[in-house]
Amino acid sequence: MTDVTATHLSPDEAAAEALALAEDILGRAQRVGATEAEVLVTTDDSALTRFANSEIHQNVAESSRTVNLRFVAGKRIAVMSSGRTDVEGIRSLVNRASAVVRTCEELEDWAGLPKPSTAGSLVQMVGAWSDATAGASPELRAEAVRAVIAAADEAGVNAFGSFATSAEAIAVANSAGIRESQSRTTAQLITVHMSPGGGNGYAESASTDASTIDAAALGREAAAKARASDNAVSLPPGDYPVVLEEYAVIDITDYLGYLGFSALAVQEDRSFFEPGRKVGSDLVSLVDDGGDAAGLPMAFDYEGVRKQRVPLLDAGVCREVVHDSQTAARAGTTSTGHGLPAPNPYGPFPLNSVMAAGTTPRDELIAGLDRGLLVTRFHYTNTVHPKLAIITGMTRDGTFLVEGGKIVGPVRNLRFTQSYLDAIAGVSAVASTRKTLRGFLGSAVVPAVRIDAWTFTGATEH
Amino acid sequence: MRDLTDRALNMAQTLGASYADVRVVRRREESISVKTGKVEGVALGETEGFGVRVLVGGAWGFASSHRLELDEADRVAALAVRIAKASATALRRPVVLDDRPPANGTYETPVEEDPFRIALETKITDLLEADKRATSVKGVTFTESMYAAQREWKTFAATDGSYTEQTITHVGSAVEANAIEGDEHQRRSYPDAGGGYRAAGYEFIRSLDLANHAEAYGEEAVALLTAPQLPSGRRTVVLDPSQLYLQIHESCGHPTELDRVFLTEASYAGTSFLTTDKLDSGFRYGSDLITIVADATAPYGMGTFGWDDEGVAAQSVPLIQNGILVGYLSSRETAPRIGRQSGGAMRADGWNRIPLIRMTNVSLMPVPGKSLDDIVADTDDGLYLASNRSWSIDDRRLNFQFATEVAYEIKGGKKGKLYKNPTYTGITYEFWRSCDAVGDASSWVMLGTPNCGKGEPGQTGHVGHGVSGARFQDVQVGVGKW
Repeated sequence: MTDVTATHLSPDEAAAEALALAEDILGRAQRVGATEAEVLVTTDDSALTRFANSEIHQNVAESSRTVNLRFVAGKRIAVMSSGRTDVEGIRSLVNRASAVVRTCEELEDWAGLPKPSTAGSLVQMVGAWSDATAGASPELRAEAVRAVIAAADEAGVNAFGSFATSAEAIAVANSAGIRESQSRTTAQLITVHMSPGGGNGYAESASTDASTIDAAALGREAAAKARASDNAVSLPPGDYPVVLEEYAVIDITDYLGYLGFSALAVQEDRSFFEPGRKVGSDLVSLVDDGGDAAGLPMAFDYEGVRKQRVPLLDAGVCREVVHDSQTAARAGTTSTGHGLPAPNPYGPFPLNSVMAAGTTPRDELIAGLDRGLLVTRFHYTNTVHPKLAIITGMTRDGTFLVEGGKIVGPVRNLRFTQSYLDAIAGVSAVASTRKTLRGFLGSAVVPAVRIDAWTFTGATEH
Repeated sequence: MRDLTDRALNMAQTLGASYADVRVVRRREESISVKTGKVEGVALGETEGFGVRVLVGGAWGFASSHRLELDEADRVAALAVRIAKASATALRRPVVLDDRPPANGTYETPVEEDPFRIALETKITDLLEADKRATSVKGVTFTESMYAAQREWKTFAATDGSYTEQTITHVGSAVEANAIEGDEHQRRSYPDAGGGYRAAGYEFIRSLDLANHAEAYGEEAVALLTAPQLPSGRRTVVLDPSQLYLQIHESCGHPTELDRVFLTEASYAGTSFLTTDKLDSGFRYGSDLITIVADATAPYGMGTFGWDDEGVAAQSVPLIQNGILVGYLSSRETAPRIGRQSGGAMRADGWNRIPLIRMTNVSLMPVPGKSLDDIVADTDDGLYLASNRSWSIDDRRLNFQFATEVAYEIKGGKKGKLYKNPTYTGITYEFWRSCDAVGDASSWVMLGTPNCGKGEPGQTGHVGHGVSGARFQDVQVGVGKW
């Protein structure tokens, strides 16, 4: 029988192998004239089982390795990437970088590659790796999917979604002395359930450990929501207080991170961020913490700089922004460990947002709504005005009218055009529990919240 | 390459696959980014690998690897079969593919000036010049300019005897000026937001003539800072090609994807209101002026190729004919379910992704009679909206909202004062039914986007849109609180 396993390496061996490759390429770059060089190696074994109409319809796996070489000659910089890591591929990569860099313009404010962190040896991240995730087989993923589908069948609805598992090794070596490597795993299950009565429901869970994801429970959550949102009625757009479930809250933390908490956004004057500026209610505190085991931990960024815990909002007050080495040099400070792979004209981003839990039991959030809406999640949000953080998008997969603190019934989906800054200023209650989720900007640990006013500007037919 | 594709296909069949295909893909990319007169990044990338897709017991499996080695072909094919067998444990409708003749041959994007043979210094100099001109405008806070080129060598082989080789080349470039004052951030982009892209060579970049447009766009970004906010109301709206192409993309391209119609994208991108009963009943999607085709043979389109990633030959598929829904973007699996043959719209984002139904070149056909200038001249009171700034549409592609970089008032047939932060919203079929003028061929241009997202794991597609500009009546503009 053919062995289908891509790698037999332990996480430590995989990280060490990636680092050894990075060091080898770094040495080659220096030997052909690089005055500075940085090598990022990423190895990924991932798989995803996708289901729709209560059956598996797509089921994929990949094994990949990518090398990213930042080759510096004085103040000229070229970046080469390649998926070829055989001897000839590496030789070609380095030689091309050496040739290309001579044609590049000098970057006048180039401050050099980052230096090793002074915080001592790297502590292995707690909870970053799971053997269960790394060893997840097609059969295990199918079993989880069948559990989701069984919950849907029991409720008389159809299941749609995906179950993804991945194991990656990341290593960075640079000419300033950085040598970092890490193995990490990620698992995520999402499901949308659709009812014959027109109702939709949603559930999601993300974790480093696939064995902690309760597929059947997620299936039941989405199925119950789908049934509860059958026969939705129209509601006129307007301003309503809302309770946002965690699946919607992550969109707010992601957009605030994307638009505001990047040092580059501040340096280019396109951010709302000003140190000490009060933008949120006292109940809103947000940090970026790559070391929080409740999230999906990362030890260092794609420049090899160890991640610092960065307070972004403290009781609604802007505190700090995240830096990569380039923005840090311009600001006269040090990188916080939030750089992306070079070249990176987009700047650093917070990829591990953690919002503080509140004191309100989650189930009691809607008790505070005299008349408002419970929103499960948002769909296809986009920026209308960046500095005011005005975002438009739709509700999706379960929107409910609440009166007198109780759910009255489902309503059809609504469009909103809403400043997310105004939204966090209007937070009047924060749930005492949180969920770990993946958004468009990495992972986040977020609670459900109640917000005093949300501007809905349109409606759709379902 | 045949030894590797044969090896993978043989292994898949030996292990029980009733059908298998393999794609070997090598992709080369080059990009230059300039910010406010400085070259921020020069990046060259290369990736290669292969993916094996198999059908076992009517269920799909797919596996891929970056290692182009014969023993790896065995491993990956075997893994794909194992995955397919796992899929079969949760299968309700076994996959049936349409019949199509085996595909054989080669295809190459026509290119006049090979972008990968133009000296890097030349490309940097051209881009820097454009960026510096935008930067030179008083009041411009920062600029961003980009150049990108991609070439993909793709070999496709299948157990039915298909074997094709294609070389696809795409290039794009843009200059963008940003002006910021207080909370106001205004932006103008040339040729449009996100860049002008085509299946072509460096001759297309030269034709854009970025440098000679940069200052005017910078000046307009600055002027927008003091322009009045677009008031809320219902207005006549003329959409410039730089916005209309995205309107087509979101409200026609995506909802005519047959996989969305059959709900297989429900958990991520969503579904479609254009259900198959609407095909049977001749649903009125738009006014009589609206004819939209998906044409994978159109010159310059980023959705142009020889064969799709299932080996189906490139073709032109009518989607909307004189306002009536007549077809879908389809695949070998989905087309038979509506009694048709695949329209050849299966495209994969590289070696490590499965093909999905994607747009090819979804284009609004020009209507003889009025140029875009004539349409403006024929508009007594309206707005002219150009260059997209943001987009959003619901999960069935009905309720949309777009923001554009700029709105010009139209009074008495002439474009006049600027409005800032324009937005408009509507329901897809109501909007297209309100179209009362489509530009003729004189303003028809092939545009497109390299950033069409779909699927899990995520895929980014390069798609084209031919468009000439059009006018719509009674459109809600100025959404939200400002």
